[in-house]
Amino acid sequence: MGEGRRDLYPDVMAIDVRLPTVLRPHADGVPVVNAEGSTIGEVFTDLIAQYPGLSGQLVDETGALHKFVNVYLDDEDVRYLDQLDTKVSDGAEISILPAVAGG
Amino acid sequence: MTPPFSAPTLRLTVDQYRTLVGHCYDPDGHEACGLLGGPMRNGEPTGVIGRVYPCRNTDASALSFTVDGRDYLRASRDVETRGEEIVGVWHSHTHSDPYPSPTDIDRAADPAWLYVIVSLRDGAPTLRAYRIRSGAVAEVPVELGS
Repeated sequence: MGEGRRDLYPDVMAIDVRLPTVLRPHADGVPVVNAEGSTIGEVFTDLIAQYPGLSGQLVDETGALHKFVNVYLDDEDVRYLDQLDTKVSDGAEISILPAVAGG
Repeated sequence: MTPPFSAPTLRLTVDQYRTLVGHCYDPDGHEACGLLGGPMRNGEPTGVIGRVYPCRNTDASALSFTVDGRDYLRASRDVETRGEEIVGVWHSHTHSDPYPSPTDIDRAADPAWLYVIVSLRDGAPTLRAYRIRSGAVAEVPVELGS
């Protein structure tokens, strides 16, 4: 946990982010990483700062949530909340899952 | 030349096979889909399947599928409790060969996964399994066991 940042910004939460197998090579191979932020977007910014290989995997070139990933805040799909502006609370868990589709 | 990723052998139990294929007989004739859970070693599936997870097709279409995200979330949590991973996906082709379509190849979610297709075109189901990596497709053997 980044103590300094959280002291300065009490809204900043430390969040566990669960990664699917396809993204783990970009994050030292681990299934769960910790990142900080008060919204999903801020958590992703911190995540990408820690693991630059995740850039382009989570957010598209327009800054929106990438269409090929689904993001859950606990049990809720953030697309049905406030997308990247969805507030996160301490102890919450973010799960990132690839969109699985075909024809 | 055999592609280097034409392994492992997919090993389904008869019960898993029945669950998987039975789920493909959608009453509305839509494509069916689901996820495969099992162990991974060094980031690759071993081919053993610990559990199969029938999922909803949110496309509700005979031509395409999208695995319901909540079903995927539930499956991902279950495999974690089992010390396993999601190692693949299956879906049905209602009127075509058991071979990945261009869309299947284009949308392949994870190069480590096994991709199982069940064709219902000829009445009796035909199940095949593949690896899909960087647009290349390799069939892998399938074994049924107890």
